Amino acid sequence: MSIFKKIMTAIRGGASEAGEAIIDANATRIFEQEIRDAGNHITKAKRDLTGVMAEQMSAKRDIARLEKEITEHEGYAGQALEKGDETLALAVAEKITTLESELADQQHALESFTGNADRLKELVKKSERQINEHKRQLSMVKTTESVQKATSAITDNFSSSNSKLLSAKDSLERIKAKQQKFDDRMKAAEVLESENSDTSLTAQLKAAGIGEQSSNANSVLDRIKAKQK
Amino acid sequence: MNIHTIADHLNSLADNSDTGMNFDCQPISGEIDVLQVTILGREELPIFVSVTDDQILCISYLWGADEVKSECINAMHESMLEMNIPMPLSSFSKIGDKYVVFGALSINSSVTDIEHELAVLSSNALEVIDDMSDYLV
Repeated sequence: MSIFKKIMTAIRGGASEAGEAIIDANATRIFEQEIRDAGNHITKAKRDLTGVMAEQMSAKRDIARLEKEITEHEGYAGQALEKGDETLALAVAEKITTLESELADQQHALESFTGNADRLKELVKKSERQINEHKRQLSMVKTTESVQKATSAITDNFSSSNSKLLSAKDSLERIKAKQQKFDDRMKAAEVLESENSDTSLTAQLKAAGIGEQSSNANSVLDRIKAKQK
Repeated sequence: MNIHTIADHLNSLADNSDTGMNFDCQPISGEIDVLQVTILGREELPIFVSVTDDQILCISYLWGADEVKSECINAMHESMLEMNIPMPLSSFSKIGDKYVVFGALSINSSVTDIEHELAVLSSNALEVIDDMSDYLV
């Protein structure tokens, strides 16, 4: 059964009660072990791959060297024939036979190294996919358990602090009421602000000589002068 | 990341949060650590934060199954499924007999990411209750 299904069945089956594990601790441990094993596989495969790739390179070098030597010796054999030295030419031809069989061996080896390297690369990829899959599944199990534990901590906290959980609608009403109160305060502040700006308008009018003017020394003097006449 | 780092950050924000919200944090002790985060003015809808091996879970309780009008339960479930994707950062779930809205973050999230998550989650929770109140008793 998939982990997903197991969790679903466990929750449905009432394992959501606090303290009851979704997947028993032993299974989780086995799972964690599988993840570690897959990790070890990857490390080993990568190490093997490095070795195989080194051998692959060395085989390629040997092949290049042998091919060069064969071409050289073919040249030598030709030269010996030109000089009419059949015996020497035969000796060179024998050397070429040895080189060619060595070349064939190296080519075989290269083929097998390449095959091995491809297989190991595939193995690494497969193990990496497997490890990620296991990790994802383990995360599901652990999260489910963690949520259960968190829920029981939250529930305990509520029952111990005696604070009653309100219904959703009541909570919303309260929050809205608080928001309303806040908005009202903001509005009141705005009204006050605008009253203040009314006062400042009067001041501006006064400065512009519009509206009621306060008396100044000159106007007082004018008034006194008018009385004396 | 652990709940204490989150609590330190949220408490240090005071009036200077980018989200315009004031957070208050209260750790709850238990088998695993849970941080109760309340937002000023929204104390009735706390958010519970817990940190596991690979993720940070932020959960807000919406309503109990007993608060749903029995004839509305299917319609409500459909609405919740339909709203699941449009609702930013949060998803619906059910824990025991309680419907919840939650957000899950990578363990590598920054404290600013978490702060943003909490602000959005709180607003989502409020809006969801408001919009779904027809289904509730």
